[in-house]
Amino acid sequence: MTNTLHRYGDSESFRDDYIVFATPSNDRNDVNSIPKLKKFLEMALPFKPVSIGDPVHGGTLRPARNLHTTSNWKRDMTPDFRAVIDGIDTPASVVAIFDNQLAAKQFLKLVADADLGLSINMSASVEGAKECCHFAGVTRHSVGYSLGFEGSTDKLPNSQQLKLTTMCGHGMVSASLAKKMIDWVKEGRRTPAQAVTYMARFCSCGVFNPARARRILDEARKKME
Amino acid sequence: MKINPNKCVACGNCTYVCPMGAIYVDPTINRATIDRDECVECYACYYGLSTEHLNPPIVRLIRKIFQWGRLRFDPEPDICPTAAFEPDDLQWPRVVRRAFSDPRATHESTGVQGRGTEEVKTNDVTGRVKWGEVGFTIEFGRPGVGVWIRDIQKMTWALAKAGVAFEKKNPFTLLMSDVSTGTLREDVLNEKVLSAIVEIKVKVEQTQQIIELVREVEKDVDTVIALGVGTRCDENGEEHLVAPILESLGYKLERAKTNMGLGRITNSIESKKQEEPKEVPSETR
Repeated sequence: MTNTLHRYGDSESFRDDYIVFATPSNDRNDVNSIPKLKKFLEMALPFKPVSIGDPVHGGTLRPARNLHTTSNWKRDMTPDFRAVIDGIDTPASVVAIFDNQLAAKQFLKLVADADLGLSINMSASVEGAKECCHFAGVTRHSVGYSLGFEGSTDKLPNSQQLKLTTMCGHGMVSASLAKKMIDWVKEGRRTPAQAVTYMARFCSCGVFNPARARRILDEARKKME
Repeated sequence: MKINPNKCVACGNCTYVCPMGAIYVDPTINRATIDRDECVECYACYYGLSTEHLNPPIVRLIRKIFQWGRLRFDPEPDICPTAAFEPDDLQWPRVVRRAFSDPRATHESTGVQGRGTEEVKTNDVTGRVKWGEVGFTIEFGRPGVGVWIRDIQKMTWALAKAGVAFEKKNPFTLLMSDVSTGTLREDVLNEKVLSAIVEIKVKVEQTQQIIELVREVEKDVDTVIALGVGTRCDENGEEHLVAPILESLGYKLERAKTNMGLGRITNSIESKKQEEPKEVPSETR
């Protein structure tokens, strides 16, 4: 899976985007891994991640199947971290997303000390991840670089929409919705915080970073790229 | 995927959420409609939209009155007010679309879950990409462009000719009728998917050759391509072999996924096997 690797932006734009994964490997360390995955996310909570998620059930904001009409006026936009942790029932990558390096590196150090035995990865700027490793006393094992997008790039939307849509690495957040949300924020029809919740619900594994998305929407309100 | 015309009220919310832009309100029937050629069965509409269960005739009447009065109701944009989306019973080969587009889908078509494999994310326990090797992930179609499988075959043919090793567990490799030539099953060629990842492994020395090959073939492929390059770090956690090659080819390395090397084999049967993947051969360090 490359679902967080190809986020669009330069290193500077990843300053509030640090994703830490715990991944069990099929037939190698997946047996009895569910309690470890839960522990990993529990350990993340004191560092105030902006989101957590699991690929089977989703992130902290999820669609509702039976909304009442009043939700158009009074909808609960509160992310539910507990539901993510309690809902883990399958050995699969879980993620904790942080909007600052300090929290990410302190969490990484704690995870390294906890010795869960699962593969731990960080998806972030190359330098940002290196600094976290240094702080946590971790020696990098492997690295997967993103070389970005090529080919028919004329088919891609503008850079602000791309920054938003690529935060769901499975491509579930559409460019049209991203554009609509930018427009709505510009018009003052919704706040960036509200607009982010709509997009985040489409990300089926919870890797969408609401803090970075809020910043991008706020920047787009003032200046269209 | 289909939209039940008896339920749809043509509110248009769904037209924005389709990653492929395949949903539109057909003015002749005044209902949202899916372009089946462009739909990749990602289910973003079905799973992503929250649903209400309002009475369609009443909602249509209210919408008509509002329209007549030039009034704008400002509802939540991620809701289907009448739960009008209904999944199709997908048959082969159309089910391949869903397998490569809906991240929640299990791969009935290939028997593997997800669009790719664990690649370097679990390299500390699998040893898939060893010292001196490079694992490429060549992803087609994402974000939001999609790709016809027949287009990907142009790349797999060229890669096979260059003698690369396709990742055996990758779902896309499983669609090949002949892995040695990179030839795909004929019955899936005319299917469109949201994204597909071709995974290969080569020696570090072949890095430039593969990138140049991809750049050449992509001119003839009508979609976007995202390239990922995974490799081992040395005993100090540094990576000085591949990055310089990539930078010499003009890439600015902004983002990466870093495997911290904290994993180990704990399953009882596998524990009996040696953990040599974690070792970097001293002579090549």
